[in-house]
Amino acid sequence: MVLRNAVHTNLYADSVTLMRAAARIAERPGVLTASLVMGTTANQDVLDRAGLLADEGRSAGPNDLVVAVRCADDEEATAALAAALAALAETPGPAAPEGEVPLRALAAAPDDTDLALISTPGPYAAAEALKALRRDMNVFLFSDHVSLADELTLKQEAAWRGLLVMGPDCGTSLVAGIPLGFANAVRRGGIGLAGASGTGLQQVSCLVHAMGAGVSHLIGTGSRDLSEEIGGLSTLAALDLLAADPTTEVVVLVSKPPAPRVARRVLERAAGIGKPVVACFLGAASGTAPPGVTQVATLDEAARAAASLALGHPVPAAETATPRPPREPRRWVRGLYAGGTFAYEAELLLRARLGAVARETPAPPPGAPPALPAAHLVLDLGDDAYTTGRPHPMIDPTVRTAYLTAALDDPSTAVVLLDVVIGHGAAPDPAGEIVRVLAGRPTPDDGPLVLAFVVGTDRDPQQLDVQKRLLADAGAVVMGSGTAAARAAADAVAVIAPQVEVRIGEGV
Amino acid sequence: MTTSGLLAAAPRIVAVGVDGFAAPAADAGATVHQVEWRPPAAGDEDLGAKLARLTSHPAIERANTRALDAVLAVRPLLVDVAPAQDLIPQLAEERLLLHAGPPLPYERMCGPMRAAVVGAALLEGWAETPEQAERLAADGGIHFEPCHHHDAVGPMAGIISRSMPLLVVEDRDTGRRAYSNLNEGQGRCLRYGALGDDVMTRLRWMGERLGPSLRAALRSRDEPVDLRGLTAQALQMGDECHSRNTAASALLTRELAAGLARSADLGGVEALDFLSGNNYWFLNFSMAASKLAMDAGHGVEHSTLVTAFARNGVDVGIRVSGLGDAWFRAPAAAVDGLYFAGFGPDDANPDIGDSAITETHGLGGFAIAAAPAIVGFVGGTPERARRISREMAGLTLGRHRDYQLPGLDFVGSPVGIDIRKVVDTGLEPVVTTGISHREPGIGQIGAGLTHAPLRCFTEALAAFHEPCD
Repeated sequence: MVLRNAVHTNLYADSVTLMRAAARIAERPGVLTASLVMGTTANQDVLDRAGLLADEGRSAGPNDLVVAVRCADDEEATAALAAALAALAETPGPAAPEGEVPLRALAAAPDDTDLALISTPGPYAAAEALKALRRDMNVFLFSDHVSLADELTLKQEAAWRGLLVMGPDCGTSLVAGIPLGFANAVRRGGIGLAGASGTGLQQVSCLVHAMGAGVSHLIGTGSRDLSEEIGGLSTLAALDLLAADPTTEVVVLVSKPPAPRVARRVLERAAGIGKPVVACFLGAASGTAPPGVTQVATLDEAARAAASLALGHPVPAAETATPRPPREPRRWVRGLYAGGTFAYEAELLLRARLGAVARETPAPPPGAPPALPAAHLVLDLGDDAYTTGRPHPMIDPTVRTAYLTAALDDPSTAVVLLDVVIGHGAAPDPAGEIVRVLAGRPTPDDGPLVLAFVVGTDRDPQQLDVQKRLLADAGAVVMGSGTAAARAAADAVAVIAPQVEVRIGEGV
Repeated sequence: MTTSGLLAAAPRIVAVGVDGFAAPAADAGATVHQVEWRPPAAGDEDLGAKLARLTSHPAIERANTRALDAVLAVRPLLVDVAPAQDLIPQLAEERLLLHAGPPLPYERMCGPMRAAVVGAALLEGWAETPEQAERLAADGGIHFEPCHHHDAVGPMAGIISRSMPLLVVEDRDTGRRAYSNLNEGQGRCLRYGALGDDVMTRLRWMGERLGPSLRAALRSRDEPVDLRGLTAQALQMGDECHSRNTAASALLTRELAAGLARSADLGGVEALDFLSGNNYWFLNFSMAASKLAMDAGHGVEHSTLVTAFARNGVDVGIRVSGLGDAWFRAPAAAVDGLYFAGFGPDDANPDIGDSAITETHGLGGFAIAAAPAIVGFVGGTPERARRISREMAGLTLGRHRDYQLPGLDFVGSPVGIDIRKVVDTGLEPVVTTGISHREPGIGQIGAGLTHAPLRCFTEALAAFHEPCD
């Protein structure tokens, strides 16, 4: 072991620079201790106490730099002393690009921020939303697993402050042409939409686009907004907004059945906004609509009624293909939906024509194919039961693959119903995954009928035409809407099993 | 209604959560600010919910404005130097020693603080030998209270005994005063827990010669020394006035030089010799001025302003304006530092001293962008230093008017830590500090960076009373 000092006369460096250089030298293999100090008496004392002061160091003056090293051998000591000077000369390297420091809290957003987009895990989402409201921001709350109590608190706070909460569990909105969450590239126009059903709103917006009309805004309210507990607070706020908005000429409300008291309140408010309103409460008993409000039973009809009002002339129902009916023993419809609203609408339409419809199937053991019941089946594959630990099927279309394969393999499957949702936020090629499954098998004439529909527009990144063509080329029959697809399924199967005990919803 | 604005133009968005979720909105032309989010309150959902309820709370916002205004209104004037017992009568009445940080019984004190206790007991003649002094302290023959409980602050061990000279800083408008001891210089010092004849000789000299000559020098001036102006100037000269005080010490010495020269009979020239080699001289003045300012903001009901952060080498604690005299504590953090020859992290005592009062006042780590010479503590580039000052601005209620950061285009230094912002961001306030050896009797072994632990802030928030609207 050797101790060596080197003295550099009249070489000044700041003490922090010296300590950094010493730390660099100490990293060298073979160096036990290293120190760089200016040669003041106090510093010499420090070196002495550390056993690092040699005779050269003792002779240094206050303006001299002392390098002291203790090394394994003489050779390394010489190298270390040389390296010390080099380390001093080193610049700290190119500076990282400076830029803004990242924003670390919602509350620190700039003052003119007027909308918070929240997609944190559920347990934290309500707190973030409350902070946003406190900062006078509107809220788009994508997160789910927010308690009903928290939702009510948030919406009451928002109502008191004159703000809007879209959500929780809100999948879609389109505010002044800006897509939030899932949304389609639709033409701007005079139709304002609001509702508790995300995919339902997307469908209506795409249909009115296809009919030549346009959308002013689309406001998701969260799936529970029209429940008794929440009382439609966001729907009412959205109605007020659309009423006051000069670009909105016609308003469309879309929802699964609201609590009756809430439905009355919402329809009363709707009747008073001074603009025509089309209300589509899927599955709700058709009561008497107040003047100025048109109540319709399907998403198709909602779109047609709104487009007719906006365009000023009646929009005829689209002609739909009449697909060939399947043959016995194929008798069951298998609706495999990514969009919960489509599943709900299909169930209503099928039940009215074909009787009982199963809405769930037992989860298969890991690796085994799902078992399908001997009954009509409509699944919402976006439901928590199917997505635990997995992305939503609108983001990851492979969630549906096992069910689709099982349905195609089942000799009793008459019709398979599939929705394909494209647009912002959706998978880059949702039809592709279906096509991959369909293309892998021969399509004999007596195979099941595959009815698909694409929710989207020609302006969406995935392109409506491309997605439709992919499906058609793979042997699927592409329908214009979920309503049309479900009706066609009912038509096809009714040929096989025409007897239905209760005929309800004839107008549907 | 505020909402009518929502549909009128493309929204200005803040996005919290899934990365890329706001991409379609941004692509469509909306302004999007993405939050680099992590669960607030270290993931405590109940505390996170409470934090949300306290966000932009009108009563708290009003209280914080009042508290910060009071802090910034303070003009700290250096008016006197006097023996501690003349300023804090309790020191004359009983065997009392003041120490740094939150309250701590002798049994729990760390090595350097025990050593400083011994040194003070010897200085006051309470014991003849270090062993006697230790026994006296262990047997309860000495009382201990925090400096902070007596309008005082002390760096590192922060031990103040009755005969030690204290500097007096005063705010003329309110008559409020704050005190600190005098800086012993670098190397072997009592405050770092060094003991020995050299340390004791200097302490005696400080009481007998330095204190009286400084007092005479101050009294010979027409005006007291304005420490606010001096600090503002030092920030333009490369100090951050916690761990870098070179410029401020020179400026203060310049103010005192003529008076000390006139007081040669009392020790003024010896004092000038001493000051010529003491680059840390101003630290204690910076601390007392910060203490004076932060105390002015203390005691405002509903205020979430942090008015003290102090460490005793075992625990650290904060005080909050609206939470009375309680300390909210956490174990002292380690210091990430650079070490003197022969020492390393294993030798280091955890964080110690009242000096972090400067950070609560927008100096030290908060002003590190002003001090290129010590950027070695933060990885070696001025860019990192500027970044820290900018990040700290995310934790504060406002900015200084007088204390500006040249490296950041002369923006005011961020001042007034808000417990809500610390808990919300999870960012811990950065502190520049010296490092003491963990064993008694050795002294300073390095310097570096540490932080005020998040736990102090979550505990304070948990204790915070939710005001009615």
